Amino acid sequence: MPGLIDTIEGTKIAGHRPWPRFVVTENGWRFAASQLSAGYWTLLGLWGDAGAVHMAVLDASMREIAVVTVPCRDGRFPSVGALHPPAIRLERALRDLYGLEPVGLPDTRPWLDLGFWTVQHPLGERRDAPSSRAPYAFLPTAGESLHQIPVGPVHAGIIEPGHFRFTANGETVVRLEQRLGYVHKGIEALMEGSSLDTAVRFAGRTSGDSTVAYALAFAHAVEAAVDVGVPPRAIYLRALMAELERLANHFGDIGAICNDASFSLMHAQCGILREKTLRAAASCFGHRLMMDVVVPGGVARDLAPSCAATVAALLEDVRRLFPQLVELYDNTASLQDRTATTGVLRGELARQFGAGGYVGRASGRAFDSRKMLGYPPYDRLDFEVPVLEAGDVNARVWVRVREVEQSLRLIDQLLRHLPAGAIRTAVDPVAELREGLGMAEAFRGDVLVWVRLERGHVARCHLRDPSWFQWPLLEAAIEGNIVADFPLCNKSFNCSYSGHDL
Amino acid sequence: MRRIFFESLMRRPLTEAAPARDQEMFAELGASVERAARRRLGRSLSIREVDAGSCNGCELEIHALNNAFYDLERFGLHFVASPRHADVLLVTGPVTRNMREALERTYNATPDPKWVVAVGDCAVDGGIFSGSYAVVGGVSGVVPVDLHIRGCPPQPTQLLKGLLTLLEA
Repeated sequence: MPGLIDTIEGTKIAGHRPWPRFVVTENGWRFAASQLSAGYWTLLGLWGDAGAVHMAVLDASMREIAVVTVPCRDGRFPSVGALHPPAIRLERALRDLYGLEPVGLPDTRPWLDLGFWTVQHPLGERRDAPSSRAPYAFLPTAGESLHQIPVGPVHAGIIEPGHFRFTANGETVVRLEQRLGYVHKGIEALMEGSSLDTAVRFAGRTSGDSTVAYALAFAHAVEAAVDVGVPPRAIYLRALMAELERLANHFGDIGAICNDASFSLMHAQCGILREKTLRAAASCFGHRLMMDVVVPGGVARDLAPSCAATVAALLEDVRRLFPQLVELYDNTASLQDRTATTGVLRGELARQFGAGGYVGRASGRAFDSRKMLGYPPYDRLDFEVPVLEAGDVNARVWVRVREVEQSLRLIDQLLRHLPAGAIRTAVDPVAELREGLGMAEAFRGDVLVWVRLERGHVARCHLRDPSWFQWPLLEAAIEGNIVADFPLCNKSFNCSYSGHDL
Repeated sequence: MRRIFFESLMRRPLTEAAPARDQEMFAELGASVERAARRRLGRSLSIREVDAGSCNGCELEIHALNNAFYDLERFGLHFVASPRHADVLLVTGPVTRNMREALERTYNATPDPKWVVAVGDCAVDGGIFSGSYAVVGGVSGVVPVDLHIRGCPPQPTQLLKGLLTLLEA
């Protein structure tokens, strides 16, 4: 069977690395959309540019990635969302930001532009006038005895803002519709023209819980674009940080999910593990969340020799306490009663949307960019990607539990084989235009970053959060569940608002 | 479960001593916290957290205040679900244009006397996000702020220091 790259007919763009980019005709674009809709390819991202639209696609069977670009004549292009629903929100966002028109897009309501900005199409042909603030038309529901519950944007907990519109029949959720965009900060516009040092700080503040993964994906993209090698020690230190970040987030999530089922003991105990992880991170990398340590070309600071012992002590603590907590989770029937068979996400939907992270892997989609792409050092490390089929809250808890175990294994190996030597290669500006695509596996899934560099500065950057392909699935997973189980389902997805809203 | 409870009983608590109050923060608060209000509320404050545009980094550290190491509730400080129950709004983020109205409404829904604590570098003046078409800037551009706690994100100890200073100013 011919690979993905062989089937795309178009002009290959020089200076796009590590995967190729092709400029295609509208027919070529429609072909790509049909490949997505037929399930041969997976959508990795769709974003705008000056007068053009790019789409990153993955052929999982061939492990190939490519970017296809369609130039927009008269500011229009054939909608991918018309054939392939996972693209709908991406195209709605692109319409708001660029003013480009996806022809045939089934849902043309604004997505990020809520009518409060002073400009329209801030990334495209800017118009210095706010868009109209027409009342947002939520999708209709019909039937007897339905009532609506509006929630947010300011939520009851210490969480990010977004609006949820529930339609319920008694206690049963008939429809959930999300409205996001409240924390849109215009990161991509801010990155335009910035130096690499500044840009990586923006990348690291796209979604604070995944700051390491974002900086890593950005660094991967830049390093691919300018073709610079990273010292082996830096590669290992990056992975160490990425796994510590995963541990901290998974501990937080496992506790918080149980807390949403009113089982606060797990929450308290997992909170201790999370805090210990953050403290180890702070003592090794100078920052609890490890912000601004991953930089293009390597890492900004080295690990002191005493840190290996700090991390080893953390691992020992976790290995002593965590199995007890897992046993507690597994043996508490009242807790299982809440999580098992709740919020089931069907495998077909996870595959169709290319859902990454524990959302995809709890519903049978065995994608993990650490494994699939095997970016270093993961190509040299021994680890497994846990996959379950049940797709319920319980499965999403168990995938996290198994991933904690795998991260512990990975950290063991990273410490044991940590190479000596330099930690950073200088990234010299390249005169000609260069483009790069980078990926990194955050705790919630794969982060994709596309960057165009001009004389060492960022000309254009797009950051795609894993949540883009998970948020819509939460709407599907909650259907038929009771309203009281929503927090549980929501926490088991733990999608990012800031990463999505950008 | 019994084993975990038993171990928790036997070992020393993880909770750490309170940090010293911050003199600079005392100075910022001096004029804003009235004695009468203090008498009415006693030594207990209810806090409503509002993310007005943050990257979620500040939220993670605010969450940490509730863990066993910092145990915010021992000081009479606790988080509440509604602004109508709150004495303090803990606001994070550069205020985005999309969140401005929601923040104003939350502020208006909070009964007097009330204080606003702006958390994180972005909440001071928009931080690295200032100048964006989508960002208003610091929290004080939208609602009056009584205290700023800086950091990106501020560590839980810094947050605790700020909140205890507010409690005792």
